[in-house]
Amino acid sequence: METVVALLSGLLTAAAVWLMLSGNLLRFLFGLLLLSNAVNLAIFAAGRLTEGAPPLLGADGALPGHEMANSLPQALLLTAIVIGFGLFAFALGLTIRAYRSFGHLEIDRMRLAEPEEGEK
Amino acid sequence: MSWTLALPILVPFVTAALAFLLRNRRGSGWISVAGAVVSLVLAIRLLLAVLEHGVVATQMSAWAAPFGITLVADYLGAAMVLITAIIGLAVAVWAMAEVGQTSARLGWHGLFQTLIGGVTGAFLTGDLFNLYVWFEVLLISSFVLLVIGGRKKAIDGAVKYVTLNLISTVLFLCAAGLTYGATGTLNMADLRAAVSAHPDQGLMTVIAMMFMIGFGLKAAVFPLFFWLPASYHTPHYAVSAVFAGLLTKVGVYALIRVFTLIFVGDQGYTHEILLWVACLTMLTGVLGAAAQSDFRKILSFHIISQIGYMVLGLALMTPLAVMGGVFYLLHHIIVKANLFLIAGVSRRLTGSSDLYVIGGLYRSAPLLAALFLIPAFSLAGFPPLSGFWAKYVLVKASLDLGQGLVAFVALLTGLLTIYSMTKIWAEAFWKAHPDQRQPALSAIPTRARWLLLSPIIALAAMTVLIGLIPEPFVTFATTGAEQLLDPSAYIATVLGGDAP
Repeated sequence: METVVALLSGLLTAAAVWLMLSGNLLRFLFGLLLLSNAVNLAIFAAGRLTEGAPPLLGADGALPGHEMANSLPQALLLTAIVIGFGLFAFALGLTIRAYRSFGHLEIDRMRLAEPEEGEK
Repeated sequence: MSWTLALPILVPFVTAALAFLLRNRRGSGWISVAGAVVSLVLAIRLLLAVLEHGVVATQMSAWAAPFGITLVADYLGAAMVLITAIIGLAVAVWAMAEVGQTSARLGWHGLFQTLIGGVTGAFLTGDLFNLYVWFEVLLISSFVLLVIGGRKKAIDGAVKYVTLNLISTVLFLCAAGLTYGATGTLNMADLRAAVSAHPDQGLMTVIAMMFMIGFGLKAAVFPLFFWLPASYHTPHYAVSAVFAGLLTKVGVYALIRVFTLIFVGDQGYTHEILLWVACLTMLTGVLGAAAQSDFRKILSFHIISQIGYMVLGLALMTPLAVMGGVFYLLHHIIVKANLFLIAGVSRRLTGSSDLYVIGGLYRSAPLLAALFLIPAFSLAGFPPLSGFWAKYVLVKASLDLGQGLVAFVALLTGLLTIYSMTKIWAEAFWKAHPDQRQPALSAIPTRARWLLLSPIIALAAMTVLIGLIPEPFVTFATTGAEQLLDPSAYIATVLGGDAP
């Protein structure tokens, strides 16, 4: 199972890098979204995958005899997903503003803050 | 649970909530100023506690370490919190005169306090994942502060700032997750033993490199600095002052923390890279500044070159060098924020930040000219100002290790810094204004004038004070460096339960 998740995470990263290098702001953002999901999967897998093993202790607080899920990576993931969602929403809003201001989303043509030599 | 550590984080957020609720009232900025004063008092209280006990730590919700979230302050952490509070107060006062009613209605003061709260949290946390959360808090408020007002140029700068910082965040998150996967803990004090006991040290070095790239992007080191000069000259002057003073330094702080506390296993590899990065950062920053002709852009590039000095202190890893790095960090925040505030006043008087179309400030505003010279010379490392001692210690530390080339680069960077400062001096202050404007300070209404000038005077006074009486500050930084290089007290306090 870990192998599949690891491969999926790698695949998402590859797609993300390809999108992020395309030079278009919107594609860049989609790439970033894929990348953060790839990272989420990696964290999930790094915390060891278990199947149908609830993260519950026995009645007296003793460790149960069977396998136990690790709930901490899932808590980390939830936090990361929520934060990532907020940041992505802001970035999308910024993209809309950028499109309204410049009329395009080509990153290489956004030189307003850093004009090239000679065009002031 | 001890409130000494929790209150410096809580107060900015309470202030932020109040300032945000009352943002439509006139004078909502005073709430921010009042909150900043309280923060300053709390930061001093924390520093006194740290001076008394060495390291103070507390466990949130009384979950014993390493399972809960730890708040911890050693010398470095407490000093950073204090300096954050100082800059927070200075900029909050300055912003009263500079941030207009439109931006205030959009919640400028509340966002500013959120940013300060996030920075403080990052300096006080003892948990790696919690550090990530604080990074996000300060990042999202910095995003909004950057674009508030919505000028086209600011949007352009924000696109680069936001995208590159998001990549750094993802890298940091990934590294933190992998660290947990490999060691089963996220508590920084607990991680030191866990990382050094891990059977696969190669894997640990890989994770360490991910942290280095993630934090390096935040700290704007070579070759990851491109977002900084693209964005720092675009927002409000108050915003760029607090960004310049504090934000990149959070990255430097995180680098220092992680590479002195957690990843010290393969220093021949990691710290060698840091050494090269430090030298190249110093040089590219200062050379980039030489090519610029805009007040704030020159200052932005100088942030990069100065970051190089701090990383140099970390890279050399001797007690003297780390002491120099810590001293540099503290001195630089005051100087840099002050220079941006002065740039803001200069812009207000002369109408532009382009050095070729302004001038005449020396004749018409001699007070501002004198105030500029203090941080400018300190930045370049003139005795007896604070920057001189910081540079002196770092150069001596490199020479002690036989790193002549490194010392040469550090000195050359200092020399070239003088070049840029002279350029600003000659263009903005010395030469006559091209349009024969007489930009006098008295043109600003009295109330606004004092709001603008008093933070600048206070920060300049601190620079002079550190320069004239360096002894207590050097002693402080030396103890701080000892704690960083031998974190046994830090680890014992964090893992040993609830300290006072």
